[in-house]
Amino acid sequence: MESDLGLWVIPLAILGGAIRVSTPFLFVSLGEVLTERSGRINLGLEGTLVFGAMSGYAAAYLTGSPWLGVLAAAAGGAFFGLIHGLICSLPRVNDIAVGIAMMILGMGLAFYFGKPFVQPVAPDLPSIDFGWWSDVPQVRAALRVNVLFIIGAGLAFAMWWMFRATRVGLVIRVVGDSTDAARAMGLRPALIRTLSTTVGGAFAGVGGAYLSLFYPGSWNEGISSGQGLMAVALVIFARWNPIACFGAALLFGGAGALGPTLQSVGISEGYYLFFAAPYVLTLGVLIATSSPSRAMAGAPGELSITK
Amino acid sequence: MTDQSASAPLVVPAHRGLLGRFARRAEAVVLPLAALLVGIAVFSIFLLLQGKSPIQFFALTYQGAFGSAFSWQNTLSRTAPLLFAALCVALPARLGLVVIGGEGAIVLGGVAAGAAGVVFSQSIGLIAFPLMAACAMLVGGLWIGAVGALRYYRGVNETIASLLMAYIAIALMNHLVEGPLRDPESLNKPSTTPLPAQLRVGDIPGWEVHWGLAFGILACLLAWVLIEKTTWGFAARIAGGNMRAAQVQGLSVGRLIIGFTALGGALAGLAGFFEVAAVHGSANGSLAAGYGYTGILVAFLARHNPLAIIPVAILLAGFEASSGLIQRRMNLPAATVLVLQGFVFVSILMSDTLYGRFKMFAPERWRSA
Repeated sequence: MESDLGLWVIPLAILGGAIRVSTPFLFVSLGEVLTERSGRINLGLEGTLVFGAMSGYAAAYLTGSPWLGVLAAAAGGAFFGLIHGLICSLPRVNDIAVGIAMMILGMGLAFYFGKPFVQPVAPDLPSIDFGWWSDVPQVRAALRVNVLFIIGAGLAFAMWWMFRATRVGLVIRVVGDSTDAARAMGLRPALIRTLSTTVGGAFAGVGGAYLSLFYPGSWNEGISSGQGLMAVALVIFARWNPIACFGAALLFGGAGALGPTLQSVGISEGYYLFFAAPYVLTLGVLIATSSPSRAMAGAPGELSITK
Repeated sequence: MTDQSASAPLVVPAHRGLLGRFARRAEAVVLPLAALLVGIAVFSIFLLLQGKSPIQFFALTYQGAFGSAFSWQNTLSRTAPLLFAALCVALPARLGLVVIGGEGAIVLGGVAAGAAGVVFSQSIGLIAFPLMAACAMLVGGLWIGAVGALRYYRGVNETIASLLMAYIAIALMNHLVEGPLRDPESLNKPSTTPLPAQLRVGDIPGWEVHWGLAFGILACLLAWVLIEKTTWGFAARIAGGNMRAAQVQGLSVGRLIIGFTALGGALAGLAGFFEVAAVHGSANGSLAAGYGYTGILVAFLARHNPLAIIPVAILLAGFEASSGLIQRRMNLPAATVLVLQGFVFVSILMSDTLYGRFKMFAPERWRSA
């Protein structure tokens, strides 16, 4: 490994890390964009992510197919999203608090059912080698891109197009911007929000499957440390735009890769501080992009978090 | 329920004596209790589906939490940090803020207390305890007060910010305990230098439970007085109802927000002080035991009423105290308590939709006899 790359190892590893680490951010934030564009917030996606990681790993182990694992994770995530959506449809229920409760319930159920799966090894998701042209192992490692990352990127563009140019996208945006306008159009806001929350939960579940089936690629109780929550904050930063989410996810992935990268080249001083980098970055971004007086540009009108 | 309010008499008697006042108060007790029971019922069905006996579960919970003097001591020692952690949620909640990062203030308060204990290791407890507690409260207050300030000055969502800061606090604690503040003799578990014997907080005489419990109950009583009996508490409730109306009324909403969040954080920091000075003897990774997160549920179950926090905290501390016994006897994973908490939490939030729907709690809607 002592090649002549020198300090270039660090940016290269961060690039590779950004691609590897960003995928769960990407899926969770896309799920949250869909949910929030319909006018509801789901803070519980952290719990959904962990439950998706567990159910994906368990299904992949039991069936031998990582793709069935992804499917199971999506189904689990959709279930949590559906429950969240139905509860929040009740009048006078606080969607932020329900999110916290669902986060605790999701983690509890994931740890409860996941205990027998901490030891066994499940099959990994396949990845594509984009670094075949290079002889440098670090370059090849950095460009080994997982299929789910590519699917996530495609999904971001598809969602952008959906919100911009399709009837479904328009319906979700109307419901998110004004309940009254949606009712006047003959739409059923509660139903559309519940469906959006359900699909958003499925996305977050897939993000969890990526964690347990590719990187870090095993199931344990510490598999997510706030990625789901950071992805929710990232949506505000990305101004509810799916393509901006893609960029933001890469940025956050890079920040998340900082600690492990520095440790791998032997810098252990202040390791824990680098470990905190993604949280500090998220907080900094939130501070920079929030505003006390005016409503945030691009924010759905019915969103409780920005009111 | 519009039909009932429409048929209500136009002239509503102010109250209907003791029974009417009782009925109005009863809603705030009956509905959370019912929600708690529903959560427990759903959890029991969950256990039945696993082929486990809920009766055995709750019998063991009783035995492990309240069955003997020893289990009561275990429960009450865990109650102390929960009281402070719940106040860290309940005080900002008066202003309509959902602050869930109390864990960060507990952890950093504990580190501050541990570090202060090293500095004052030569002095007697009478001098050192107030200083250590003050350091813990200062750090905790600044940490959560910053969340309030960010909310007021920058409009940053306090729920997300406080949880992010809890993660940052735990990383900071790991950095400090493994780096600058590490006792070189702590090999397996990096810790600060152990507190000398005279700087360990002892037990309440005759109780074998550390003093944190007494101070936690005192904090709940004082918080109740603050909220219910002072102008600040009244102003906070107005601001919590409608922030803009409060501003128009000339209330300094910024001071209220920062003051209440900082006070909540200071109390959570005090929990960290007691965890270090009474339980662990030094600051280390055990500080991040999750009390801050369980405290969220305590506060919501108590409907952010500081007096109700006391029994609710004892109940939830009991669930956690009996967890080990249940794991051993029933071969259930440690996360079982978390599942129970999740079901109860969801149930209690769903019950929010029921307030004002039952005629028996609203004396003005009773038919005149």
